[in-house]
Amino acid sequence: MTVTQDPLAITPVAPPRDEARVARREQIRLVLRSKTFIAGAIIVGFWVFCAAFGRAVAPYSPFETDILAKLEPPSAEHWFGTDRTGRDVFSRVLAGARDIMVVSLGATVLGTVLGTAIGLATGYLRGLVDDIVSRVVDAFLAVPVVVLGLLVLVAVTPSKLTVILVIGVVFTPIIARTVRAAVLAERELEYVEAARLRNERAPYIMFGEILPNVLAPVLVEFTVRLGYAIFAIATLSFLGVGIQPPAPDWGVQVFDHYQFLNGGDWWPTVFPAAAIATLVIGVNLVADGLTHALER
Amino acid sequence: MSLAATAAATAPALELDDLCVAYRVRGAWRQVLRGVSLSIAQGESFGLVGESGCGKSTAAFAVMRYLPRNGRVTSGEIRVGGADLLAMSEADVRRHRARTVSMVYQNPGAALNPSIRVGDQVAEVFEIAGASRAQARERTREMLAKVQIADAGRVMRRYPHQLSGGMQQRVVIAMALASDPTLLILDEPTTGLDATVEAEVLDLVASLRREFETSVLFISHNLAVIRRMCDRVGVLYAGRLVEEGPADEVFRDPRHPYSVGLLRCIPRGGVRKGERPLDTIPGFLPSPGADLRGCVFTERCGLAQEVCRAEEPPLYPVSEGRWSRCHFWPQAHEVPYTAVTPAGAGAARANGEAVLRVENASKTFRQDGHHVRALAEVDLGLRPGETLGLVGESGSGKSTLARVVLGLTAPDEGGRIELDGEPLAPTLAGRGTEDVRAIQIVFQNPDAALNRRFSVRRIVGRALTKLVGLSGERREARMRDLLHAVRFDDRLVGARPSQLSGGLKQRVAIARAFAGDPRVVVCDEPTSALDVSVQAAILNLLVELQAEKGVTYLFISHDLGVVRYLSDRIAVLYLGRLMELGSAETVFAPPHHPYTEALLSAVPTLEGEERPRIRLAGEIPSAAEPPAGCVFHTRCPRKWGEICEREEPPLAEVEPGHLLRCHIPLGELRRLQAAPPAPQSKTTS
Repeated sequence: MTVTQDPLAITPVAPPRDEARVARREQIRLVLRSKTFIAGAIIVGFWVFCAAFGRAVAPYSPFETDILAKLEPPSAEHWFGTDRTGRDVFSRVLAGARDIMVVSLGATVLGTVLGTAIGLATGYLRGLVDDIVSRVVDAFLAVPVVVLGLLVLVAVTPSKLTVILVIGVVFTPIIARTVRAAVLAERELEYVEAARLRNERAPYIMFGEILPNVLAPVLVEFTVRLGYAIFAIATLSFLGVGIQPPAPDWGVQVFDHYQFLNGGDWWPTVFPAAAIATLVIGVNLVADGLTHALER
Repeated sequence: MSLAATAAATAPALELDDLCVAYRVRGAWRQVLRGVSLSIAQGESFGLVGESGCGKSTAAFAVMRYLPRNGRVTSGEIRVGGADLLAMSEADVRRHRARTVSMVYQNPGAALNPSIRVGDQVAEVFEIAGASRAQARERTREMLAKVQIADAGRVMRRYPHQLSGGMQQRVVIAMALASDPTLLILDEPTTGLDATVEAEVLDLVASLRREFETSVLFISHNLAVIRRMCDRVGVLYAGRLVEEGPADEVFRDPRHPYSVGLLRCIPRGGVRKGERPLDTIPGFLPSPGADLRGCVFTERCGLAQEVCRAEEPPLYPVSEGRWSRCHFWPQAHEVPYTAVTPAGAGAARANGEAVLRVENASKTFRQDGHHVRALAEVDLGLRPGETLGLVGESGSGKSTLARVVLGLTAPDEGGRIELDGEPLAPTLAGRGTEDVRAIQIVFQNPDAALNRRFSVRRIVGRALTKLVGLSGERREARMRDLLHAVRFDDRLVGARPSQLSGGLKQRVAIARAFAGDPRVVVCDEPTSALDVSVQAAILNLLVELQAEKGVTYLFISHDLGVVRYLSDRIAVLYLGRLMELGSAETVFAPPHHPYTEALLSAVPTLEGEERPRIRLAGEIPSAAEPPAGCVFHTRCPRKWGEICEREEPPLAEVEPGHLLRCHIPLGELRRLQAAPPAPQSKTTS
């Protein structure tokens, strides 16, 4: 028995399917229109290409030594010159993209996953859990990443896996703090209470209800951290506790050759250093673009 | 400038001439104002009404020349005191904003800079006008006194967040008037304030207007407020003024189908849910930039004819200073009613054993070492199929009571909640699915209450899975029934909340609350975020669902008209205490508690009748240090004597079914409240 006859009230003005798509497209458009994002994406894209195909397109093998041609300056034959054992610097820079990308990506993913879980738990549950974990997080944050990483890595055998684990764990509290802040705002919204009024368990509320709503800050934090991870891993490699020689890692290359700078042989140091710099800058530009588009 | 100044003395304070404003959205210009013409005389107060999206605020921003960056005046003229606003240079516009036009926004908390002391913020306006620092401070003190801030010196040293909402709005009004503007624009200045505070702010604006002889452009969706505050009113629809005239005439005898519809949507004159459903305006506001030919209201108009589609109606003069943009204005009031049958005519008259009983429920929060008692020894019983209205100012404990009932917050030791005579666990954690699904809630703001990442299907479906244990085909079928019951087109189940209108979102929230066939549904201001026509449809829906399913409502609202329309019984809360409880008729008619009396008299009516007005002194006291004796004695306009300060009155049954917490004997209350306006009615000055 229908009492109120408002037949039109159930037909919205515009077909809504469209509007969802339009809204999403609008956000993507906003990201793509950002010059910062585009510039960053081009740089990162170049290094991703090198990470994937660097060894295939490199003119020489990155490991092939040539004692007779060591420390030769850049020439038509060796665009970036050769290093102290006569390896082609250009090929090593191209090939070096892979290790650092894999390790930094792995570490950041690990840190983001752990950090997001901890951030969700502390932000949603509050109380004692939050107090304890937050103090531990604060303690972690007081020590610089590289120092912390260095301390741990000198104690264990350095390998790609240990670097990933160490950097990932060190990043976890930082990411947890960002996620926690976003969760604190979300948990005040009534859909969380509506979920409690359905007898939902805490894990579902955290991961099923709240997580989808904090993905934007998580994505931004991920990109920002990726930049730091590249920087931190290059530093650790330079210090000898990161990626190990003879891998054509950029930080290792810089470490191996910086003493030759005094002799005027700048190329085996400057080119890998520039590679580190461009990749970090590229990732940061992407992060900036995303921040502006997603965090209004 | 001098030439303009002389012209300003005679010219209207504001003149809009065929004003068109468009916003550029996704590369296309969308028309928002479609040729608005109006004129506000010196010292006149003009009200602009209409539902959200009609262009009210756009008009205000245009007058400030403060349109968003994607907005543009496409044609027409704006003259303020005779000066052409659109031809002004940037520097002149700044002068114009500093001297001639001031604006008061809806949210005073956002209008004030949180990091600058109140005194410095107001003084800045005087300093810009050329006063010295010392002068500016002196005048700030005077100005704050004028807006009835008692201890101006002390308030000046405070930061905005240390003031209550009403106080903040007074400060904003003081700032707006500091430049002695010729035109004051008030954009929903009291929306979001308590009725009692709203009444005070409106009184203040009215008296200041007389004192400063300022012209006012008053924007509000609340027709009763406009009715009270304005000489003339313009009804805006889809960026077009559809009717204009003296406020009392327009509200008494509207001559445009849209105005007629708006007025019919509002529960008024003591109409109750059993008598007739509220009328609604079918359909939706055309989206901005829609290509509208003919009359803008055609699509939703019950009177629309061929001519309405073909021809834009001219201004038909109705009477002196009054016109309507409707081809059929003489028959405007003949717009057919959309809802004919009395909604819930068969509403089960509430009786029988209480379905839900709250006994001795208290809730004490600890805050910075203080014990804040948000709820104090509340006893309530809800009968099956009844609606219990819960009223009181913000901070009176309405929401706390609701949360305690729902199990979201545990009551203090000694409190008990019973469902069908069986005690309930204090929190959700201890309640089984049966108990959880029995008590559900419809929240105020559907945007926050619905997960914005989820589709309607997931929102409603999840509730069915968790509360009823349905899955697969049976769940789908049940969901279709449910959505049908709340009049939600199930073709939209894939949509996310952001794609739905406010009313549709609230329907989804209602469907979710009803998923587990609840016994009691808490409605926490379910319509206060909605436009009146949508509100009417939602209220009708709630009434229908109640009649169909025999559910009990605990209905929280600050809108007394809505509460009166829907409630069988009403409970009045003040500082966490139950002050009065009785049937809707008893509570709304004298004799009632002095607090109830004050609440009722604070609400402006559409009829515009002059009622004895009782203003509550000061603000609701802190629950951390409630006054001794009767908690209301500090503000009570009918204080009986010294006993009120010493002894807390008991909640006594003064008549059958009518409970009152007051020392004044019922007979005496009856005599007092029948008397003409109380001479002791106070203001904060």
